[in-house]
Amino acid sequence: MLTLYDVPVRSRLLLGTARYPSPAILTEAVKASGAEVVTVSLRREAAGERAGQAFWSIVRDLGVRVLPNTAGCHTVKEAVTTAHMAREVFGTSWVKLEVIGEEDTLQPDVFALVEAARILCAEGFEVFPYTTEDLIAAERLCAAGCRVLMPWGSPIGSGHGLNNLFGLKALRARFPGVPLVIDAGVGVPSHAAQALELGFDAVLINTAVSQAADPARMAAAFAQAVAAGREAFLAGPMEPREMAVPSTPAVGTALLR
Amino acid sequence: MRATVIGAGVAGLACAVELAERGAAVEVLERNASLGGTGCSWFAGGMLAPWCERVSAPPHIVALGDEGFAWWAERYPGMVRRGTLVLAHARDLGELKQFARRTEHYEWLDAEGIAGLEPDLAGRFEHGLYFKEEAHIDPRAALEALAERVRRFGGTIHFGIEAGHGATQQGECVIDCTGLGARAVLTDLRGVKGEMLHVQAPDLTLTRTIRVLHPRTPVYVVPRGGGRYMIGATMIESDQASRISARAMLELLGAAYALHPAFGEAEIVEIGTGVRPAFPDNLPRLTRRGGTLYVNGLFRHGFLAAPALARRAAEFVLEGREDPQVMH
Repeated sequence: MLTLYDVPVRSRLLLGTARYPSPAILTEAVKASGAEVVTVSLRREAAGERAGQAFWSIVRDLGVRVLPNTAGCHTVKEAVTTAHMAREVFGTSWVKLEVIGEEDTLQPDVFALVEAARILCAEGFEVFPYTTEDLIAAERLCAAGCRVLMPWGSPIGSGHGLNNLFGLKALRARFPGVPLVIDAGVGVPSHAAQALELGFDAVLINTAVSQAADPARMAAAFAQAVAAGREAFLAGPMEPREMAVPSTPAVGTALLR
Repeated sequence: MRATVIGAGVAGLACAVELAERGAAVEVLERNASLGGTGCSWFAGGMLAPWCERVSAPPHIVALGDEGFAWWAERYPGMVRRGTLVLAHARDLGELKQFARRTEHYEWLDAEGIAGLEPDLAGRFEHGLYFKEEAHIDPRAALEALAERVRRFGGTIHFGIEAGHGATQQGECVIDCTGLGARAVLTDLRGVKGEMLHVQAPDLTLTRTIRVLHPRTPVYVVPRGGGRYMIGATMIESDQASRISARAMLELLGAAYALHPAFGEAEIVEIGTGVRPAFPDNLPRLTRRGGTLYVNGLFRHGFLAAPALARRAAEFVLEGREDPQVMH
């Protein structure tokens, strides 16, 4: 079973809670997904006077573990402050750490990410850093105290799936003992299945579900894909070959003239 | 029948009009000192766009909204029925395709078609969707018109009066349309903050609602006449109207500027924020609690859905008829 910071998690599908047509549909989607962990972003303006309380209550009432995130933060200071607020609001030391470095791609600023991770790990947070497939950044994050990594598949919300297969496979091979959760860019269930087939431990989906015409149905589809991908990984997929191999032996078949 | 309506936002005034027209003696109690004040109706877009709303709302919102056109046309002379133009910049064509897949009652336009409708947008967009039967109204003028109509049908409106919820009221029936004010009773209500701007852009002539789709910052522009435009609106899970954030203003203005550079020369006339009352499904409801009927949760569909809800509220109060689709 997957364990994230010593917490056993049965479902390898993590779900984001942003941009659903309504909280009611979010609730349905979470149920349909079977997810046991959901992320929620804390807008600093809403955190100020607890103005976002109503929505946070809905998220808490989902009955699943909440992984607050620092979405939209661009600096170490912002991210650290948001993490503090999140710990207070949700009463958890888990935090999905996002420090955005570039507006158009929303690519993580891995330098600031490592710095923020170092600060938060030292303060006792259990940090889930949203990072790229960069091996050195991953090493530094682990050295900073992270025990889970969340590499992107492709830019947030883009739906492009796993963009750099070579890099992601290298990351998987290099960190065999660290839970790796593909975060961002997964557009359709086949992308999620592919991530699990490659041996990634889980996927985090938001836009692909929340922006689907029927989010609950799409959430269920992702749950099946994730389960299938995991089973396929455990079953040991075949290696692709350069030539055809008949699945039925040719010897003994009738010769037709 | 004597009826007390609490709240003079669009829901309250629409209910008051419906009841007064059907012969009830209507009294409206409004907490603010005048129309507007802190209510979110005052800051609404005023779009009657049921088919566009289908993108994120179930079909019955379309049906409720469709009832609104005739209702408004009869009661507010300023309704402009020139349709909605939905656009996206070239790199966001996918957003337009997705919008088209999830809505109906539109036609695709090319650059020429767009320029034909709105000459000032000539050469700026390659593709658009035209929902030609949609309309827009000026929310403030429309509220004034409804208030006037309540009085014409013998009703009265008292401002500056804080009414207790569900407590003893004078009327034989009480209709509570206080939005988030009813939260103590309707406990699953929440607020969704919206931020908007009014600008004066004399160099620009747009004659219908324009929506610009964008993966991050969609925006709509509603012409108010005389070169004035409403630019809106954000959707933030927050109960505090507070003030506009710098980021929201940057994004709204940036999106408007990308629609047309003349917005860069516009004067900012007003900045507004409001908190929309919403139930978990973001759909409006009539709720009976004791002797009070609550009309609430109009979310971002206030002017769109108020006529249909007011009609159902009046039918319930006067005739005992219940529409299960909106009655909870």
